Amino acid sequence: MSLLSESHMKPLTRNIGLKRRYRAEKRFRAYGLIAICTGIFFLGALLWSIFSHGYSAFWQTSITLPVRLDAAVIDPQNRRDKNPQVLITANYPILIRNALSEKLSIAPDDHVGLRQVNRMFSSGVRVQLRKMVFDNPQLIGTTQTVTVLAAADIDSAVKGQINLAVPETKRKVSDRQVEWIHELAADGSLYKAFNTGLFTFAASSRPETSGLGAALIGSIYMILIVLALSLPIGVAAAIYLEEYARKNRFTDLIEININNLAAVPSIVFGLLGLAIFINFFGLPRSASLVGGLVLALMTLPTIIITTRSALRAVPSSIRSAALGLGASKIQMLFQHVLPLAAPGILTGTIISLARALGETAPLLLIGMVAFVANYPRTPMDPATALPVQIYMWASEAERAFVERTSGAIIVLLMFLAVMNIAAVLLRRRFEQP
Amino acid sequence: MDSKLKIKMRGLDVKVFYGGKGALHGITLDILENKVIALIGPSGCGKSTFLRCLNRMNDTIEGALVTGRILLDEEDIYDPSVDVVELRARVGMVFQKPNPFPKSIYENVAYGPRIHGLAKSRTELDEIVEQSLIKAGLFNEVKDRLHDVGTSLSGGQQQRLCIARAIAVSPEVILMDEPCSALDPIATAKIEELIDDLRRNYTIAIVTHSMQQAARVSQFTAMFHLGNLVEVGATDTIFTSPQEQRTQDYITGRFG
Repeated sequence: MSLLSESHMKPLTRNIGLKRRYRAEKRFRAYGLIAICTGIFFLGALLWSIFSHGYSAFWQTSITLPVRLDAAVIDPQNRRDKNPQVLITANYPILIRNALSEKLSIAPDDHVGLRQVNRMFSSGVRVQLRKMVFDNPQLIGTTQTVTVLAAADIDSAVKGQINLAVPETKRKVSDRQVEWIHELAADGSLYKAFNTGLFTFAASSRPETSGLGAALIGSIYMILIVLALSLPIGVAAAIYLEEYARKNRFTDLIEININNLAAVPSIVFGLLGLAIFINFFGLPRSASLVGGLVLALMTLPTIIITTRSALRAVPSSIRSAALGLGASKIQMLFQHVLPLAAPGILTGTIISLARALGETAPLLLIGMVAFVANYPRTPMDPATALPVQIYMWASEAERAFVERTSGAIIVLLMFLAVMNIAAVLLRRRFEQP
Repeated sequence: MDSKLKIKMRGLDVKVFYGGKGALHGITLDILENKVIALIGPSGCGKSTFLRCLNRMNDTIEGALVTGRILLDEEDIYDPSVDVVELRARVGMVFQKPNPFPKSIYENVAYGPRIHGLAKSRTELDEIVEQSLIKAGLFNEVKDRLHDVGTSLSGGQQQRLCIARAIAVSPEVILMDEPCSALDPIATAKIEELIDDLRRNYTIAIVTHSMQQAARVSQFTAMFHLGNLVEVGATDTIFTSPQEQRTQDYITGRFG
């Protein structure tokens, strides 16, 4: 009797290791939390490093001042009517130097001072003023308010990137120049403005006049080519393999090869492109067409694999329903299966496009690592790409290229973020029936 | 069987092999017009396989091979001259799990008539949709939300939507593969009632695991076991005085 009542009182004393099991779960959750926190920490560190270095690249120091377009400097012999060449070869930077030294009250015989004034502004003014005068020769002899870019070193000094505690002889900006910066800034003629040049200029050896223009155009050409080639080919191949091809040794072989190709290092695709498109078909080097073809080859396996898995994920009950109603196979595919698989296909495509956008290695091999000073007009023209431009700037020495490297990385990351957000939005949109 | 009745479909020595392995070993079975025939038997006995032969849904399974002949109105449906799309418009199918398309109720029913070009105008299509929903006993429940998505309906309503979708193409035969196995008793009762109504216009073959359902809805019953047809006859006879011991054992619940 006592034994029975005892067992009634304590029915749950059996040791089934509950504590141990709960401890194991707690431990596992802690591991997961630690892993996620580590990931977030490194992501934060990466983004902080890029943005703290790169945000200043979106600002550029400019100087606005009245410039007299002196005929005696531009065209001393007054021959421009007969020989327009004069307007091209004229010494334009001296106009700016004169205007600036006048403003800063430097004596015309202070040669050291004048040389330092000359280094205040970008030598890109030669192109800027030449274009201005060449487009409108009437301006010669008048005084115009012109905004010129400050030289890269001055820009760096204004942004506080040059350590002024270093002895004057060991730094690139002299004490006098620093004084002038303060003087010009005080009356508002030297200021920082949004750096549109970062997006419009092409390659240049001067940091202040170099930008991502040619790289952006090249990247856009390539993305369009990749999209136009790999999406239809990839989806068609995936549909055929998944829905029509018989399962036999040959299709198994194709499947294994596609899976392997997806894992092939991208530089190998670059070699392939070099051998086939440039050496065999004779397409031009450095052209975004070749880059797009190579990247399309690279993204095809990924698109095929994601499309196949998206097709496989469509419930077979939907297929049976359509076929049972007397839909032909192609009606079943295009009216029921593909719409349901579309979110998966789109996500796969956009993710692989984003990967293609960020790809550098294969482009190096087909000569897209090039100094492209003009916008590529067609995909056959020499071009470069965003990640390649980053690679090239990263190997430059000037301080001003460091911030531009990070700035370009920010631009690239923005593009990738936009593409990924687009993938998410499209997916949501298509998932709503 | 009654000789006054017209034979709608007839299987003659139908054998099915999946990847070389036999699943049906020579079935000869008649399906009579405007009657419901129930195919019963334990799991894996081949009753669904036989049903799927009747509209050639087995064609979609890789490695499936069907021999023998199946006649629909005296015409061999496995003849190379028969178009499988046309066949499936004549022999509709309702599946075990309700499988409406993830589209609106209207679109679900209108899909079949649309691909077969059965309606010449929008109003005609509206009429077909309405009539099909009425015949499937669903119209009153959904008439105010025809443009809601079909998957938002309850399980029983979804299955009736699938039936409406199947009858929208005016088939001659409707095949039902355990249409109530995923439904609760109330929804099941509605479907059974519906099957009885549909018999007037259609020939129906239904696979079921429920003896009561077979007894309630069918006029004829065919008992399958291990890929063979054990016995076929009027449902009353099969359930009251089966000729075969195996049928007796199965319907009294001794195996299966």
